[in-house]
Amino acid sequence: MNLTVKVWRQRGPNEKGKMVAYPVVASEHMSFLEMIDVLNESLVEKGEEPIAFDHDCREGICGMCSMVIDGVPHGPERATTTCQLHMRKFKDGDTIHVEPWRAAAFPVVRDLMVDRSAFDRIIQKGGFISANTGTAPDANEIPISKDLADMAMDAAQCIGCGACVASCKNASAMLFVSAKVSHLNLLPQGRPEATRRAQAMVSQMDSEGFGNCTNQYECEAACPKEISVKFIAKMNRDYLSTSIKEPVKV
Amino acid sequence: MSLDSKIPSGPLADKWEKHKFEMKLVNPANKRKYDVIVVGSGLAGASASASLAELGYNVKCFCFQDSPRRAHSIAAQGGINAAKNYQNDGDSVYRLFYDTVKGGDYRAREANVHRLAQVSVNIIDQCAAQGVPFARDYGGMLTNRSFGGAQVSRTFYARGQTGQQLLIGAYSALSRQIGLGRVEMHTRTEMLELVVKDGKARGIIVRNLLTGEISAHSAHAVVLATGGYGNVYFLSTNAMGCNVTAGYRAHKKGAYFANPCYTQIHPTCIPVSGDYQSKLTLMSESLRNDGRVWVPKKKGDTRKAADIPEEERDYYLERKYPSFGNLVPRDIASRSAKEVCDEGRGVGPGGLGVFLDFGESIKRLGKKVVSDRYDNLFQMYERITGDNPYEMPMRIYPAVHYTMGGLWVDYNLMSNLDGLFVVGEANFSDHGANRLGASALMQGLADGYFVLPNTIGDYLAKLGWDDQVGVEDESFAEADTQVKERLNKFLNIKGERSADSFHKELGKIMWDKCGMARNKAGLEEAITKIPELREEFWKNLKVPGAGETLNQELEKAGRVADFLEFGELMCRDALHREESCGGHFREEHQTPEGEAKRNDDQFTYVGAWEYKGDNTAPQLHKEELEYENVKLTQRSYK
Repeated sequence: MNLTVKVWRQRGPNEKGKMVAYPVVASEHMSFLEMIDVLNESLVEKGEEPIAFDHDCREGICGMCSMVIDGVPHGPERATTTCQLHMRKFKDGDTIHVEPWRAAAFPVVRDLMVDRSAFDRIIQKGGFISANTGTAPDANEIPISKDLADMAMDAAQCIGCGACVASCKNASAMLFVSAKVSHLNLLPQGRPEATRRAQAMVSQMDSEGFGNCTNQYECEAACPKEISVKFIAKMNRDYLSTSIKEPVKV
Repeated sequence: MSLDSKIPSGPLADKWEKHKFEMKLVNPANKRKYDVIVVGSGLAGASASASLAELGYNVKCFCFQDSPRRAHSIAAQGGINAAKNYQNDGDSVYRLFYDTVKGGDYRAREANVHRLAQVSVNIIDQCAAQGVPFARDYGGMLTNRSFGGAQVSRTFYARGQTGQQLLIGAYSALSRQIGLGRVEMHTRTEMLELVVKDGKARGIIVRNLLTGEISAHSAHAVVLATGGYGNVYFLSTNAMGCNVTAGYRAHKKGAYFANPCYTQIHPTCIPVSGDYQSKLTLMSESLRNDGRVWVPKKKGDTRKAADIPEEERDYYLERKYPSFGNLVPRDIASRSAKEVCDEGRGVGPGGLGVFLDFGESIKRLGKKVVSDRYDNLFQMYERITGDNPYEMPMRIYPAVHYTMGGLWVDYNLMSNLDGLFVVGEANFSDHGANRLGASALMQGLADGYFVLPNTIGDYLAKLGWDDQVGVEDESFAEADTQVKERLNKFLNIKGERSADSFHKELGKIMWDKCGMARNKAGLEEAITKIPELREEFWKNLKVPGAGETLNQELEKAGRVADFLEFGELMCRDALHREESCGGHFREEHQTPEGEAKRNDDQFTYVGAWEYKGDNTAPQLHKEELEYENVKLTQRSYK
């Protein structure tokens, strides 16, 4: 298939970027990233610098790949990361627009690469259970109902890719943060730190420059793991009910 | 140098407890006087970094990804073994030990494997305490599934994302220590050289992948948790960034590389679809419970599966192994698929594929039951191939998945270089010549949470905090110069070919000559061809861009350059090991029925290679394996 791929090229965080069009001959069996590989290989052959992009596992779980394809984070297929998207979803003759995640809290590093370290800093504030190695009781000491464990797992599936932020007109990180808060606060092991966790993570989220949630649910639609917005409601409850009653110094 | 495994004396079951008591300790107040570098942030690296920081050491952790949460441990699907015996089905520490030694085809160290089985129970407790959402039954207790190579159910899991959940557990523990200021985390940073002085590992030289800046880091001990080298084949189930550079740089500085020829080829992967292919995707082994593997009886049969009548199909695993059928171990299933494809009976483009057919199961069980069991896998298959496995058989082919070989370490997980520790897939120690399913996660976390934090203390206590070499020392300056010269060399070749094109060519040589089946002539050919390719690489490589900035082509060039040397070492190891065992199958050494034939008299040892200089043959050192508890037998699955 013959395609025109328009890609955001930007040398560095403080430089101006622009869309550049490249012709690409692709096969429908290629993954989207393999199509970019082919394009890059042709650029290297010409002595030009290839398009910088993040990727690693290429099986939809590491969360590293991050492209806005025709305006949609991870492209047109639901519940699919960019690396798992295949070219058969496109037609011969298509023009495809590829851009980086766009959010003030995710500055562009180069081309399609962005800096998502804000997510790590939020986790460092409370996205854990403080259990030093060696302190654990037997794993069956605390029974956890299957429904609760399943719900925690639904939230824990988040791959930290940032598509939720990229899809949101406010660049809000509420889905990401609420998934982690819910995963840990739902479990009995996570209860002792539940209040501190919700407040500390929300406070860090705000200071990183992510926007607020206005309940459009674009994040859920863009999430490759289909994480539910119900976790946002859950986190709001954990946060509001405690930030007034028992504010924690974070 | 002699290889002393430092296995403690005494009965097998008491060795670890005894050793823990005999090791020297570092006083809590003195721990902060010691610096430890950890390279890699997967299960082994993250768990080690977190645990060492909790103890009070100053830890610096490095990873090449943009976040420590993305290391490739995250992609493990199936589960993690532990000898909890929650199912009351007769499991025990000894049984897990025994299964692992046998599964490894009697090429692993007994004492290490027994310790692994012992601490496996603590891993599950630790992970549950961290909030890892393991699968549970309605009573709230943990459930288990069974896995290959075992007759008990001892595998703990979190849906099909066990690796992800365990890694996020370790990442959260690491993040807590970063937040507390106990770990200094360096993301998007790649280790390019190990600094050795007076026979001890003193630090590393790294490159910041965003700025290109080269910096030196000194420590009392260096821990490599840098994963496996499966990407030497270019195509594997590893992540794109997985590489051998850290381990190979250490090898060139004196660390021995053990059993590099032991590679695991997984039988159920989605086949290659074209020469643009960048990686291979694994389909869970569980599919073989209900899928039947077959190829046409006739060579070059290009009919659709549905048009090939029953009597013209060859269900070759059921034919050759009537008692185990489609559930033979990974190495046997893989080799059999290669055999039928070599005969010209493979299916699909290029003839490199076999059918995995659910037609009969759907007829027998109904579509609903099959869908309940495998729907997520069927969807993944359809997303990648565009074919619907409910309507036509899947096409599968073996792919490189895991590497059992790695840097040689003693019982304390320290290499032959003092102060250089190696954990997880990067070391060679626990899986022998073949790893059982659900054991990789167990080993990574055992090393990082429970073994290394104990053994490194003994080394540091004996070393003393005064014995550190600062980055201003000439050994660091020398390594720094080496790194910069090498990077400049890549940039200044200005040839015609990309790093990837060399990598693909190397991968093809490795796959053809040192893949699922190896023979003397093929290995010798590879040992001639690889240096030729290497020579061309150094003359004709093209790396656009500059060194002092983000340059993904330059990153690749460095990794491919190391693979081009390491691949030859693998072939030499495979050539010298005149036997078949586990993942290493030498065509000259098979039974009349075509099964792997070990040579216990001559090869019951670990083969550890010492680097002797560029274009000089490496020197082999042997660590004899003593089996005091397990009797060596021939595996049979007929």
